[in-house]
Amino acid sequence: MLCKDLVIIGGGPAGLAAALEAAEQGVKDVMIVERDSGLGGILQQCIHNGFGLHVFKEELTGPEYAQKFIDKLENTGVEVLLDTMVIEITPDKRIFAVNSRIGVLEIQSKAVILAMGCRERTRGALNIPGFRPAGIFTAGTAQRYVNIEGYMPGKEIVILGSGDIGLIMARRFTLEGAKVKCVLEIMPYSNGLTRNVVQCLEDYGIPLRLSHTVIDIHGKKRVEGVTVAKVDENLKPILSTAEFIPCDTLLLSVGLIPENELTKMTGADFDASTQGPMVNQRMETSCEGIFACGNVLHVHDLVDFVTMEARLAARGAAQYLKEKDGSCRGTKVIAGEGLRYVLPHAVCVEKMLDEKLNFFMRSTRPMNKAKLVIESENGIVKTKMLSYLKPSEMINIELKKSEIEKAEGHLKFILQEEGVLQ
Amino acid sequence: MSDKRNVTCIICPVGCRIEVELENEDILNLSGYRCKRGLQYAKDEVTSPKRILTTTVRLKARSAHVLPVRTRAPIPRSCMKDAMKELKSVFVCPPVKMGDVVLKDVAGTGVDVIASRSWTE
Ligand SMILES: Cc1cc2nc3c(=O)[nH]c(=O)nc-3n(C[C@H](O)[C@H](O)[C@H](O)COP(=O)(O)OP(=O)(O)OC[C@H]3O[C@@H](n4cnc5c(N)ncnc54)[C@H](O)[C@@H]3O)c2cc1C
Ligand code: SF4
Repeated sequence: MLCKDLVIIGGGPAGLAAALEAAEQGVKDVMIVERDSGLGGILQQCIHNGFGLHVFKEELTGPEYAQKFIDKLENTGVEVLLDTMVIEITPDKRIFAVNSRIGVLEIQSKAVILAMGCRERTRGALNIPGFRPAGIFTAGTAQRYVNIEGYMPGKEIVILGSGDIGLIMARRFTLEGAKVKCVLEIMPYSNGLTRNVVQCLEDYGIPLRLSHTVIDIHGKKRVEGVTVAKVDENLKPILSTAEFIPCDTLLLSVGLIPENELTKMTGADFDASTQGPMVNQRMETSCEGIFACGNVLHVHDLVDFVTMEARLAARGAAQYLKEKDGSCRGTKVIAGEGLRYVLPHAVCVEKMLDEKLNFFMRSTRPMNKAKLVIESENGIVKTKMLSYLKPSEMINIELKKSEIEKAEGHLKFILQEEGVLQ
Repeated sequence: MSDKRNVTCIICPVGCRIEVELENEDILNLSGYRCKRGLQYAKDEVTSPKRILTTTVRLKARSAHVLPVRTRAPIPRSCMKDAMKELKSVFVCPPVKMGDVVLKDVAGTGVDVIASRSWTE
């Protein structure tokens, strides 16, 4: 059995940034365990630009963003175990992994950072009737085929869901010579970043049909087309609007779910809306010494925030290794009206790593203008006016240590929509 | 005859819809922008819209067939198709380092195409 100070599960941007920061903090025995044959995670297939505006102040592609971290890792002494998949983790931080060369591996670690990323929602989770013909892919799988394996999954494509991956793939397919017929979105607003709607759809004249969904998939062996329809306010298809669109491929870009099978084994508390573990100010789960960051915690749209979160988790782990303290929860953080969730879920003021702390949250619906109110049992802690909110664009608010200290009982975040602009 | 075009500004999350009135190539009027950056963006968009092109080229490596690449700087949108065509015939043999030039002066734009990642074997 191996013994380590810190094991990081997953070598994507979260795992990489956590490993670098831990090494910088002086943590000695650090190991990354990655199931893929290389580091970088999902970034290696995201060959488009738009990464790193905050962290590097330049616009990089996914592989470039990853490469910068991979290059830095070289002289840090961090051990990297590739082609190795973690299959079990116990609450006392014993890790079991499999590797085709070594077989089963057992590692006892003093601290663990979970950085397994997320996976895509699949068709099963969506309930579209019809046979199961070839030609239905999640957008991320299609992205992998085109950008890593180097082949095209189809020629005439319909994309269901306006998530960023779907938008990016619409452009990618068009550039490679395929015909993207349209992107369908069941909600009345796009689920992707505005810049992606413009650069990926409008640039290429690809229609985005809001309040539309697929109600039937045709074809037995291979997809031959889809029936699409408009939906009403309750998202129920209006059958009189049904229309057949011929295509050989249907891409699903309908969201991501944190990859948390391992996290569940630790017995850590979960947040029903992020579908990830609950963490405190140092990104520690309710299971002492087990930390989480990146998409495993909540789905991010910007990799820069993943990096920030990972650095915080690594500093948290360093603090834990030094002080051997428990997973202190302190002040509870509550997501009130207008917000889907707020992270971190609890703050232990005495253990804060900085004089300030960033809170990440998502709104429940698009709002042109809204007032964010943060209150505790003894009154309002802070208010802030925000504009142009979309559930797809994460809100980031900084609170000072002094502000958190004053709060009694809990910190409740509320988003109040103000009179509509324009 | 004047012509109207709509441009969505992508500089910041507000995403202003900017209306540009054109006569031939000349801008007569711009409206709907909330700040100067948007004004400049809309001007560039109607006169010479530019984008960074990201794609892949073929790679002769043991463990992979394609290498992600990008144009070093934005190129005119109108050159995208030609750039893609030129890149179809590019083959790269490892080792290659991030930032290495894989094709010079793509589609006559004066911009080089560079590797987005390193590959050793
Ligand atoms: C298609 C797509 C497009 C995006 N576009 C942008 C963009 O334009 N700009 C931007 O800033 N952000 C973008 N993002 C967001 C950003 O890339 C992600 O938020 C970020 O990559 C998440 O990093 P991560 O390390 O948490 O997860 P990942 O990158 O998914 O890494 C997780 C790693 O853990 C490994 N792993 C999982 N389970 C195990 C296990 N049991 N054992 C061992 N290893 C395991 C996986 O193999 C993987 O390498 C995009 C995301 C996607 C999916
Ligand atoms: S015009 Fe200004 S405010 Fe409007 S989207 Fe562009 S940068 Fe943002």
